[in-house]
Amino acid sequence: MIAARDLCKSFSATPVLRGLNLMIARGRVTAVVGPNGAGKTTLIKALLGLVRPDSGLLTFNGVPIGSAPAYRSQIGYMPQIAQFPENLTGADFFALLRDLRGAVSTDERLVDELGIRDMLHRRLRLLSGGTRQKVNAAAAFLFAPALYVLDEPTTGLDPVAAGIFKRRVLEERAAGSTVILTSHILADVDELADDVVFLHEGQARFAGNVRELKRQTAQATTERAIAALMLKERAA
Amino acid sequence: MSALAMTVAKFQARDVVRSRWLVAYVAFFWIVGEGLLRFTSGDARAILSLANLVLYVVPLVTLVFGTVYFYSAREFTELLLAQPVDRRALFLGLYAGLTAPLCLGVVLGVGTPFAIRGGAGAATAVLASLLGTAVALTLAFAAIAFCIALAFADRLRGLGTAIGVWMLCAIVYDGLVMATVAAFDGHPLERPMLALMLANPIDLARVMLLLQLDISALMGYTGAVFQQWLGGGAGLIAIACALLVWIAAPAWLGLRAFSTKDF
Repeated sequence: MIAARDLCKSFSATPVLRGLNLMIARGRVTAVVGPNGAGKTTLIKALLGLVRPDSGLLTFNGVPIGSAPAYRSQIGYMPQIAQFPENLTGADFFALLRDLRGAVSTDERLVDELGIRDMLHRRLRLLSGGTRQKVNAAAAFLFAPALYVLDEPTTGLDPVAAGIFKRRVLEERAAGSTVILTSHILADVDELADDVVFLHEGQARFAGNVRELKRQTAQATTERAIAALMLKERAA
Repeated sequence: MSALAMTVAKFQARDVVRSRWLVAYVAFFWIVGEGLLRFTSGDARAILSLANLVLYVVPLVTLVFGTVYFYSAREFTELLLAQPVDRRALFLGLYAGLTAPLCLGVVLGVGTPFAIRGGAGAATAVLASLLGTAVALTLAFAAIAFCIALAFADRLRGLGTAIGVWMLCAIVYDGLVMATVAAFDGHPLERPMLALMLANPIDLARVMLLLQLDISALMGYTGAVFQQWLGGGAGLIAIACALLVWIAAPAWLGLRAFSTKDF
């Protein structure tokens, strides 16, 4: 579904992506992991068109991501930081997204599952950080997109909400959606990911399925396997 | 404006309208206007005092509110950019959604004390140009605020620059004009003065108002020069055009920066 070829991006002479190559397969959950500064956020931003690569090719369904924004109607994005206009309500926020996407209906299952229905009529400023994060999560699932891009999705969620959220991610995969997520919580990666992309210094040092990752690193769990990859890179 | 830009503008305006800043802004002009009309006899002096206030306060509030708003909406702007929205439409929507409530606020705050008194003896043309000037200053300085916020990633530096721009236009400029007049005493200064005026939207607005009030000699050197130089209709049109450039140029620069920026 997504392919990157020799993707390069520097920010004021600091290279972040250094010839990144990867493929992300349709209908699977791919976890993008790696140490801080490895290029995870930049990769996601490039995918969303927020950042323009200096060179290389990034394609979505075979079409290069350029200035035409239409492809983003197939993406549900959940940013790491849930920050909204203070004086809008959750309902306003959902209405804004619906109008921008020209969507007729919304899938608000996650609103009810996370128990935030009553909170949608309050101003977002008055909600707690955790509730805002639930609104943020629900927003990504409103439009049944073909691709979910989830940036550290469980960080601000309590364990119950995180559990509900993860179950929903797996349901979406079962229904044929593709999911890309970044997470520092390796237990979540273990639970959700079919494939792992390990980024280090702007390159994919490992890209493949979880079984292959465990075999290569001779570890029993994904969590341990990723830790082993990080240790190996640090030693190198 | 495209439908998408309208959508963004609508929700952004809803957010700004509900903010306490805007309420305070409207109340400020309303209360000052009430006070001036009650304690003066409601003649041209009231509108002149109010005009002076508008010339200083509108740019300051617009610059500060504009940059602060842009910085605090940074993450949300990223979320909007991740939707199927053209960047130009998004920029226009954000700009319209910010300026519309600010313009409405100043028109309401300044205009109401006059409106409930049926004009309060002020000439309709003068009042209209005061409100028009306030709107033009809002549009110009909001565009400048967006340019500043786009140019500086660090919000403190951005806010500092915004206040610096205001000080330059509102305070340093007058000193510069006076110094020039003193230094070149006896030389013909009309042309350099006009050039200086074109470089400052606040002074443009001031001269425009003074031409309307027909007391240009009372305030500001450039006003006096302009009255002699062009006077009447032609001068007014020239100033209005210059103000339009001060709106269009920063708005265009901001649009260009926004369209190519990495978020």
